[in-house]
Formats: sequence, C-alpha cells, structure tokens
Amino acid sequence: MSKILEVKNLSTSFYTHMGEVQAVRGNSFSMEKGDILGIVGESGSGKSVTALSIMGLIDHPGKIKDGEIIFNGEVISTKNNEEMCKIRGKEISMIFQDPMTSLNPVFTIKNLMVEVIRRHQKVSKKKALEIAIDKLRMVGIPEPEKRIHAYPHEFSGGMRQRAMIATALSCNPKLLIADEPTTALDVTIQAQILEIMKKLASEIDTSIMIITHDLGVIAETCKHMIVMYGGMIMEKGTVDEIFHSPQHPYTRGLMNSVPRMDAAAKERLIPIPGSPPDLLNPPKGCPFSYRCPHAMEICKEEMAPTYKISDGHTSACWLIHLDAPDVEGYIKGCDIDAG
Amino acid sequence: MNGYYAKRILSALITLLIITTLTFVMMRSIPGGPFTRERPVPDEILKTLNEKYNLDAPMYEQYFDYIKGLVTFDLGPSYSKIGTTVNDLIISGFPASARIGLYATILIVIFGIPLGIISALKQNKPIDYLVMFMATLGVTVPSFVMATLIIYFFAGKLGILPSFGVTSPLGYVGPVLALSGYSLSFVARLTRSSMLEVLRQDYIRTARANGLSEFKVIYKHAIKNALIPVVTYLGPMIAAILTGSFVIEKIFAVPGMGRYFVESVGNRDYTTITGITVFYAAFYILMVLLVDIAYGFIDPRIKLGKEK
Repeated sequence: MSKILEVKNLSTSFYTHMGEVQAVRGNSFSMEKGDILGIVGESGSGKSVTALSIMGLIDHPGKIKDGEIIFNGEVISTKNNEEMCKIRGKEISMIFQDPMTSLNPVFTIKNLMVEVIRRHQKVSKKKALEIAIDKLRMVGIPEPEKRIHAYPHEFSGGMRQRAMIATALSCNPKLLIADEPTTALDVTIQAQILEIMKKLASEIDTSIMIITHDLGVIAETCKHMIVMYGGMIMEKGTVDEIFHSPQHPYTRGLMNSVPRMDAAAKERLIPIPGSPPDLLNPPKGCPFSYRCPHAMEICKEEMAPTYKISDGHTSACWLIHLDAPDVEGYIKGCDIDAG
Repeated sequence: MNGYYAKRILSALITLLIITTLTFVMMRSIPGGPFTRERPVPDEILKTLNEKYNLDAPMYEQYFDYIKGLVTFDLGPSYSKIGTTVNDLIISGFPASARIGLYATILIVIFGIPLGIISALKQNKPIDYLVMFMATLGVTVPSFVMATLIIYFFAGKLGILPSFGVTSPLGYVGPVLALSGYSLSFVARLTRSSMLEVLRQDYIRTARANGLSEFKVIYKHAIKNALIPVVTYLGPMIAAILTGSFVIEKIFAVPGMGRYFVESVGNRDYTTITGITVFYAAFYILMVLLVDIAYGFIDPRIKLGKEK
C-alpha cells in the first residue's frame, strides 16, 4: 500500500501578543491509502491544529513553523492559498465539530453543494444538482430531491452533519478529515454518522482522519490511532495493539478515565490529575511528566525518544528505556524508532 | 402571509393614532397659541381667528375634527402660513428634503458599506486605521459643524461650490455631504464590526475548507450575513434622512420640510406640527416594514408571519 499522507516533523505555532504558542511541536506520522486514522487527545493537545495545518487553513497569527506535509506524493505545505484552494474540497475535505454553525445559514443546501461541486468539477448546473442529490441520498437523507432545497436551519443537527459529509465527499476526495464529527450530536446519531462515514469511505475509496477526544469513537471506527498530548505525539499504532497493550502512561490514563461496561460495580473511574501544559512555555521535558504517575527525573529534563514497540506501534516514554524502573505492562528495551 | 400584513397595517394605524393623539394633546398643553404675539392681538381679532379655525371649540371636538380630516388625508390649514394647508407644505417641502436625502442615502450605501468591508479585511492595517479615524470623526463632528466647514472651504476659500441653495447640481454637494457624514461613518463602522464577526464564524471556515476562492468566501458567503445588521440600521435611517434635517436645510437654504417643522413648533402651529409628525411617523413605520420584508430575502431563518 502506498502512503496517502505523510507529515514530517510538523511544528505549528501561533504568534500572539503574549508570545509564541507552540500548538504542534515536531510531529511525524503517515497514513496509508484506505486507512482510517484516529487522533485522540484532550483539548489543546494540538489535534485540530494538526488537521488545519494539513488543510492549509491556519489563520493569522498562526504559522507552520517547520516541517513538511506530503499528500499523495506531493509536498503541499509549501503551496500558497490559491494552489491549496484547488486541493481543499476536491482532494482533501474537512468536516467540523458543530454542524449547527458550520453551514452558512443564508444559503440552501443545494446552493452550498452545487457551488462546491462546480468549483472543482467542470459540470453543468443540472449535472451538479444530480451529483448533490446523489450524495445526499448516500448519506441517508430521505427525499433528497426535495430536501436539497431546504435551508440549514430546517435540518436537525444529525441531518446537517450528513449534509456536511455529503458536501465534503461531493468531489470524491482522497482524504477526509473529520474534526470531532460527532461531538455535538446525540449518542444515537453519533453511531449513525460514524457508520455513514465508514461506509462511504470504502465506497469512494477515501481515507479518513478522525479527530476526537472520545476513545469510543476510535475503537469503533479506526484502524490506526495517534495519541497526542501537549502538541506532541505520545503513542501511535494500530487500534488493536494500543487498546490491548498501551505503552504510554497518558494513553493508560485516558483509558482509565473512560467508563467500562465490564468493570466491577465498585470500580471507580480514575481521572488524570492536573491540567494540560501551558504551550506558551512548554516544559522542556515530556509535557505529560507533571501529571504522570511514573514520572522520573529525566522526564522533566528531556523528552523521551520514540521507541518502536512493534511494527507501526511507537511510544515516546522513558519507561520503555532499558534502565527505567519496572512498571507492570510496559515493554522495556525496545529500539528507538528510526523513521 | 396576508394575515401578517393585515396585522402589521393594523398595528401601524394604532401607532399612528397614538402618536397623533399625544402630539395633539401635548402641543395644546404648552402655554400660548398660534396667534399669541409679543404685542397682544386685540380680543376681537383673536376671537374671529379662533372662530375661523374652530379653536374655541372644546378640545375633544377639535380632536375628532382633526382625526376626521386625517382619515381623508386632509391635515388641515397652517395657522402661521395663512392661506396654505399642511398638505401644501409637505408637498412643497418634502421633494426637496427627499431629493437631498436620497442622494445622501445613495452616498451612504455605496461608500459606507465598501469602506466597512475594506476596513474589516485589512483589520489593524494602515487603511483600516485611516477609515476608522475618518469614521470616528464623522460620527462625532455635529452636522452643523461639518456644514459650516464645507461652506468655509469649498464655497469660501476654494469657491467651487455655491454657499446656499439647490438651484444647480453643484448646490446639492454641500447639503448631501453634511447630511450623510454621520450615517456614512456609522454604516462603515457597523459594516466593519459585523464583517469581522462573520469572518470568525464556522461556516466561513467551512467555505474555505471546501476550497472556495477567497473572493467567493467574502463576497458571497460573508457579505450576505454581515449586511443583516446594516439593513436594520438603514431602514429607520432612510426615513430620518429623507424627511429632512432642519439644521442642514437652514444652513444651505434648502426649501425642505425640516425647516417648516421646526418653525411650526415656535409658532404653535398645531396643525403643521401634528401633520408633519404624523407624516414622519407613517414614513418611518413604512421603512421599518420594508426592512422586515428585506430581512426575509436576506435571512431565510426569518419568515414573516409564517405559522408554526
């Protein structure tokens, strides 16, 4: 399989009047064609900024400081806005968290969709309308030829998110980035939306990147996952492997703070104490060291290298180091990941 | 929909009736009358005059007479301009006021809105500071100061504009500029802040994420939303501007309605005051209704009178 997306050493900062906010700090990852990748992390961990960096939608005063983004074999991080306009919506699409505010209220769904389709495809208005109706049908909107004339406010939240997905997929993009696509929706609708995204992605051969803070969404939908904290990648690998054997204290912390169906009645959720690091003055060591139950001297001094646990599973934690104290569940003495 | 308009017209009529009644009663409760002069008018003459205009009748009788006239669009005779009716005054004064007002409105729309947009797009850049500096001046400097400055420089120093009258096209420049100064500045500021607000919205990010050109994002997706508050302001503003400004009309010697209105207060010219007030109120209500109709076109979330 070939890579659809490669992010190399990406750093994105926002230059505010208070100083440089280092939202994303030197992250590298890649996505295979047809993959469904989940990025999980709490608010401010840099997930959305990573996505917006890929889209080339970092607004002033933000800037991609360093690194390279390669999409489908082409470097896109150096493209200007005009060039990116031809990629956005056509090759890479993005849907956002809040469907209530993400659709322009003064235009009909038809108007919004036909505009995007005709922007990227040389088709007649009639043909564009057909495509739009077709996509709406695919996302499960009943009577799409009628409903397409509705305004966003005449749709429910779930319907709006479907319309968003239909628009995003209207030009059969190679990559769909979904930034918390289900956070603002009812739980029942969440499952439907995820199902639709998965189904469509395989139908039109689109790779998906899902950004979420919900491990449930990842477990249900994704093949691979990335755990981010403080603007850095803590752990990445296949969903199976990470859920089975998490190799980073932060990943474990996240998992312990999610309710489980099979937990004993008296078992309590374990929250992660403390709050995320200040990205204006990020700690020089591991960003999680101040909340980590196993933090050592070195953690506060120096960021751990990325250890290769197995093929495609990496963790950036000193506990993996050969000289680290024994903590149950951690695989010690792995090699440092070269790539 | 028709029921909605019927409701709106009925409420407009009730509003007009209340305004008429209040003006009618308040004017008559101020000391003095239309024929009070510094040198007392002989009782005989006063009596004849009061009889002629039915001013000796009880107030409720005068009131019902007035309402009766109003229903047939007869605003009664002017007490201070003998031989003319209030209808005549409006017919002679309104066109001049309205023409200046119309030009000013056009100026406000074609300059105020674009300046606000440019300012928003170039936020915190020199052009934004310049536009906002001018707009702040425009909002704070009173129109009579502006009018005086215009006359001083363009009529006096440079001699390129006439200092009074609207007999030539150039004559309109002064009054139109002075009249539009405040509202133009206000519209520019309003458009700017509204545009900045809209540009931060999620749906603008969506439009960009869909690869739409920056031009489309701004001039299609942002502008339609940003203009909603501007339209709200424009309606009543047009009503106020079209019905004339006493100060501007006085300074530039424009034969407009604003002049009659202010003079009639001093003269206790009951019918003129009430008549022009009713005219202004009716015009205002009409403009507000037009704004509400315009909303329906700009913002589909607003459906006039649609039953749920």
